[in-house]
Amino acid sequence: MTGPPAPPGNRWLPVISLTLLAAAAAALITATQERTQQRIADNEAAEMMKGLAAVLPDGDYDNQPYRDRIMVVDAELLGSNDPQPVYRVRKSGRPVAAVIAVTARNGYVGPIRLLVGISASGTVTGVRVVTHRETPGLGDRIEAKKSNWLSIFAGHSATRPDYDQWLVKRDGGDFDQMTGATVTSRSVVSAVRDAVRYFQEHRDTIFE
Amino acid sequence: MNYRQIFTDGLWWNNPGLVQLLGICPLLAVSNTLINGLGLGIATIAVLCGTNGLVSLMKSWIPHEIRLPAFVLIIASFVTIVELLSKAYFYQLYLSLGIFIPLIVTNCTILARAESFASRMPVLPSIADGLANGIGFALLLTVLGAMREVIGQGSLFAGAGMLFGTLGDAMKLSIGPDGSGLLLAVLPPGAFFGLAILIAIRNHLAREPDPERARQPVQ
Repeated sequence: MTGPPAPPGNRWLPVISLTLLAAAAAALITATQERTQQRIADNEAAEMMKGLAAVLPDGDYDNQPYRDRIMVVDAELLGSNDPQPVYRVRKSGRPVAAVIAVTARNGYVGPIRLLVGISASGTVTGVRVVTHRETPGLGDRIEAKKSNWLSIFAGHSATRPDYDQWLVKRDGGDFDQMTGATVTSRSVVSAVRDAVRYFQEHRDTIFE
Repeated sequence: MNYRQIFTDGLWWNNPGLVQLLGICPLLAVSNTLINGLGLGIATIAVLCGTNGLVSLMKSWIPHEIRLPAFVLIIASFVTIVELLSKAYFYQLYLSLGIFIPLIVTNCTILARAESFASRMPVLPSIADGLANGIGFALLLTVLGAMREVIGQGSLFAGAGMLFGTLGDAMKLSIGPDGSGLLLAVLPPGAFFGLAILIAIRNHLAREPDPERARQPVQ
């Protein structure tokens, strides 16, 4: 049973106990946070690396792309007003590829965040979804573990197909849409197209 | 109060989801597949045991007037620390269950058990009560998740890799082709229909009131 109501003389007791409790909780959380910070950062970096490796060809690089990162802003092509990371992938210091974080703004439910791997010559090496809220069973097949639809982009570039063919087949373009999820497919196709175009326009500044 | 009664209460007579209708927000949101339901269920069991034990330990130092803010503070701190520790030392587990942790904070079952049980009882029965209510909630989530997944997606154990690694990926059962099924079941309305059906079934099975229980007021 919690304590009885405080007698009148003790009316500050609740205030004092709550303050003490809050201070103790804050101290405990701060201590835990300080002790775990480094391990958490290492774990997240390793997980990030796995994500980046998924959109790159195997082992063709020797740097740690998640540390070799620049932040760029291009609201039109990258789909976000905030700075977006571009990870630079190198072998013996020479550019091999870049991984661009791009947001497809017009998903069916909300924005879809993607990582697009692009080789130094401008060819897509892989695409993965980072976050999305598409419909389970329909639009969520953009996840690599649910279907391999995203693999249709590998090998394409800014000129293959032509810019105006970077559309789903229903709109007269070159890419199959996922059945029942045309809106999702359409937004991903245009986001990948814009990432490729961004890379083509900024290749030299990216690897500076 | 004996342990047997604590468990029959948590699982059946006073099940937090089916009878008290607590924690409906995370329950409806996450029960779209069996694995999601099981994941939130396991995370809830762990948190409920911990917070019930802590609240019971600290009950005599907490003045009556401020017990609710104090419980909220204890629960929130405990959940935050569990999240940090699992992120640092059990990262794979965090990746599978971590997304459920913020949802647990919105689960009023936790505060309800702290107030109605742990703040009046010794530590061990409090932990047992957390375990019982957690299991009751987890079972409901898992059954509801399985129902919605089978009807909505025609599969079972989809995404088991999230909890069980590569072993889990092989567990997925498909009933009918991918994408078949009544989509409504996976969408939010399906959660309400599913929960309503389960509550109706439980009420039907429990319609003969336990003579012992009938004399006691509902907690």
